[in-house]
Amino acid sequence: MSSAAIDHAHDHDHHHGPAKGITRWLFTTNHKDIGTLYLWFSFAMFLLGGTFALVIRAELFQPGLQFVDPNFFNQMTTMHGLVMVFGAVMPAFVGLANWMIPLMIGAPDMALPRMNNWSFWILPFAFLLMVSTLFMEGGGPNFGWTFYAPLSTTYAPDSVTYFIFAVHIMGASSIMGAINVIATILNMRAPGMTLMKMPLFVWTWLITAYLLIAVMPVLAGVVTMMLFDIHFGTSFFNAAGGGDPVLFQHLFWFFGHPEVYIMILPAFGIVSAIIPTFARKRLFGYDSMVYATASIAFLSFIVWAHHMFTVGMPLAGQLFFMYATMLIAVPTGVKVFNWVATMFRGAMTFETPMLFAIAFVVLFTIGGFTGVMLAITPADFQYHDTYFVVAHFHYVLVPGAVFSLMAAAYYWLPKWTGYMYDETLGKLHFWMSFVGVNLLFFPQHFLGLAGMPRRIPDYALQFANFNWISSVGAFLFGFSQLILLLVVIKCIRGGKKATAQVWEGAQGLEWTVPSPAPYHTFETPPDPSLIKAQ
Amino acid sequence: MLSKAKLWLSLAFGALLMWSAGAHAAWELNMPRGVTQISRETYDLHMTIFWWMIAIGVVVFGVLFWSIINHRKSKGAQPATFHESTKVEIVWTLVPFLILIAMAIPATRVLTAAYDASESELDVQIIGYQWRWEYRYMDDDPNAEEVSFFSSLATSREEISNSIDKGENYLLEVDNPLVIPSDTKVRFLMTAADVLHAWWVPEFAIKKDTIPGFINESWVIVEEPGIYRGQCAELCGMDHGFMPIEVHVLEPADFEAWYAEQQQQALQVAELTNAALSMDDAMAQGAEIYTRNCVACHQGNGQGMPPAFPAITGSAKATGDIGITMDTLVNGVPGTAMAAYGRQLNPIELASIITYVRNAFGNQTGDMVQPAEVNEFIVGGQ
Repeated sequence: MSSAAIDHAHDHDHHHGPAKGITRWLFTTNHKDIGTLYLWFSFAMFLLGGTFALVIRAELFQPGLQFVDPNFFNQMTTMHGLVMVFGAVMPAFVGLANWMIPLMIGAPDMALPRMNNWSFWILPFAFLLMVSTLFMEGGGPNFGWTFYAPLSTTYAPDSVTYFIFAVHIMGASSIMGAINVIATILNMRAPGMTLMKMPLFVWTWLITAYLLIAVMPVLAGVVTMMLFDIHFGTSFFNAAGGGDPVLFQHLFWFFGHPEVYIMILPAFGIVSAIIPTFARKRLFGYDSMVYATASIAFLSFIVWAHHMFTVGMPLAGQLFFMYATMLIAVPTGVKVFNWVATMFRGAMTFETPMLFAIAFVVLFTIGGFTGVMLAITPADFQYHDTYFVVAHFHYVLVPGAVFSLMAAAYYWLPKWTGYMYDETLGKLHFWMSFVGVNLLFFPQHFLGLAGMPRRIPDYALQFANFNWISSVGAFLFGFSQLILLLVVIKCIRGGKKATAQVWEGAQGLEWTVPSPAPYHTFETPPDPSLIKAQ
Repeated sequence: MLSKAKLWLSLAFGALLMWSAGAHAAWELNMPRGVTQISRETYDLHMTIFWWMIAIGVVVFGVLFWSIINHRKSKGAQPATFHESTKVEIVWTLVPFLILIAMAIPATRVLTAAYDASESELDVQIIGYQWRWEYRYMDDDPNAEEVSFFSSLATSREEISNSIDKGENYLLEVDNPLVIPSDTKVRFLMTAADVLHAWWVPEFAIKKDTIPGFINESWVIVEEPGIYRGQCAELCGMDHGFMPIEVHVLEPADFEAWYAEQQQQALQVAELTNAALSMDDAMAQGAEIYTRNCVACHQGNGQGMPPAFPAITGSAKATGDIGITMDTLVNGVPGTAMAAYGRQLNPIELASIITYVRNAFGNQTGDMVQPAEVNEFIVGGQ
């Protein structure tokens, strides 16, 4: 874009709109176009990963094997996890970062627009490669999204090599996206937009981007070691060759735990934008929110082995990781308290984004409570690898991260499309999702405590009732997402015209540009008087 | 507002309907208290932290919902302008911190106790296989006949495929349960032969990964004789959901009697290995072993599920040189799901299953192998 702008500097008052046809999307370097591509891609992956989940829940509807064989069931649990984490949640946040960060800091675009295009367009190929393994001889990856060796090396189906290559591509995409976010935030803020005036969404993404750069290479390293074990005769993870299967878990979770925060920190940023808007009151404790985010990011690097309390670490190691994990509750608590204090004595209205944001605060906190319980090591021996863990991380990821994404979509849709979405349909979508998600995941706490291990295609009879409820909730939740699709399509096609301000209580630079946001915004920096403390 | 109330009412009614529809089965909500001191202390920790979380939840959600109800614009609420308070931030940083310290102290105590596996009176080695457990009793007397056996799922394939009614202990029953004495400190030494598994009995509050190349330890003093059940808790491949654990805890005297009987049987197997096996006996026993060990992959008709699980019918390995059949069964096929049965089955069982696959599913080699030959093959280290 920048070179095009220079070439055509002579006719600079001529309007540069988007190119026409498919090439607009293939060659685009515009942050809004790329944001849109990321968001549509992640929504498609959300539906695909959701379909895999419904296969799982259909099989678990009743005891006995009904629909799929155990090997295919394992492929479904694996693919569901991988597609949701790497295909749905992460790219959705990158899409929001692309759309919103330049608008929020008063920048004309992302700092590295060509790399931006590349980091998106390698993603569909990565997922095509990964999902195609389902149709290969021997089937796709069937070793869980955590792909513990040696099940994922010596005992893996041949398609594991495609999986490794796909993970490499996803990692490259994430690292490029993260570099772009950091470069944009550190270099392209409008005059007057000091760091401590940045919206929290920008702050949380800045910190998330550093986490990505720190841990994605570790993931790339661990899958490369797998590749060598499988094809080149090394024994990194093969005990018979002097290797160490536990080493795999240490490396994986050194990536995996910060990864958890990569999926939730931007959600904190979104909720910190929406709650003040609809409470019509400034965010309580902005500074402490920034410090809490940074603390969580730091702690995320020293708690990884709490995923491994049952591998037989020495007592001192167990205690260290127990204490460090419990500490995370402190900054996370600060965030929740600040959100509640923001709502306290506000003047609230409950449009769809606010409903999702409030549900986020409540249900994410429930996931946080079970998180503290899981930190208590002796109790974790009972919870570990059961449906209690499944319930825990789905509470923080679905009504946590995913609800925040839905809140964000409703919140900024009018800014993206120029039209208001259908509020009635939006509320219907919220309530169906809310009921569905709780029916789906709440009974799983009971299943886990009563002793049901995760990742099993069939179960003992005492688990039948809650599995049944959970499956009903899954189908309700899953099909409700089609309402979101309907709302978005309707909103793109028309509706009530949105004003620039959109929401009465909204603050920030993105609300100073017209709706829909023009193809190019902030070609000249915004008036510094528009930049207020959050 | 009225329509929303109606919506809630119908949802609540729907939930009630679903509740009553399945009312015949269990509605277990919580963790078992278990039958060891550690399991009870673990349960108490679990309940303590649970009530702390409930208390925090009541306060936080209380303020949240109170604000939602009272501070809404539709009620004419005017937004306040406060937006920070260092004092408040310090309070809600410190209070959770103190609660966590209060939790960390008892948790540390229980964990330390659970890690003390010293001075055990009986040691049992637990080895995870795809997809069964092996239990080996470590006798203090090195000359004693070794007691060791494999423990596999006893639930029939017909129950799993829904063609007959499911039994009470569906998927939680095994052919040879682990037997240990009550009121005795039993130490478990855990490892695995192929991939990771995890040995878990909720009533003992023990869950430990079994890892190839590692020996993990854990211990138990069970106070109540009885039958306790658990499952593999670490994803270990296709039949991860089908490798349960069943532990029979006997009074110490009963355990001694059982143990002596097992030693006697081990002696008998050694003798029978040298006796001749008839074709009919081999085929009958082979069919049983096939159902227990082979059906999951190679299917009831021997056709398998190619390419991952090849057919036995017409296979070169089953119809060619008998030495190759023996090698496949004894040593497995590395890099595939075909396990090495050389240690999982005794020589009589191995001779039976080798004979069976060569003469069933349309294979008609007509030859057979004797237990003594199999034993020689294994001892010869081939």
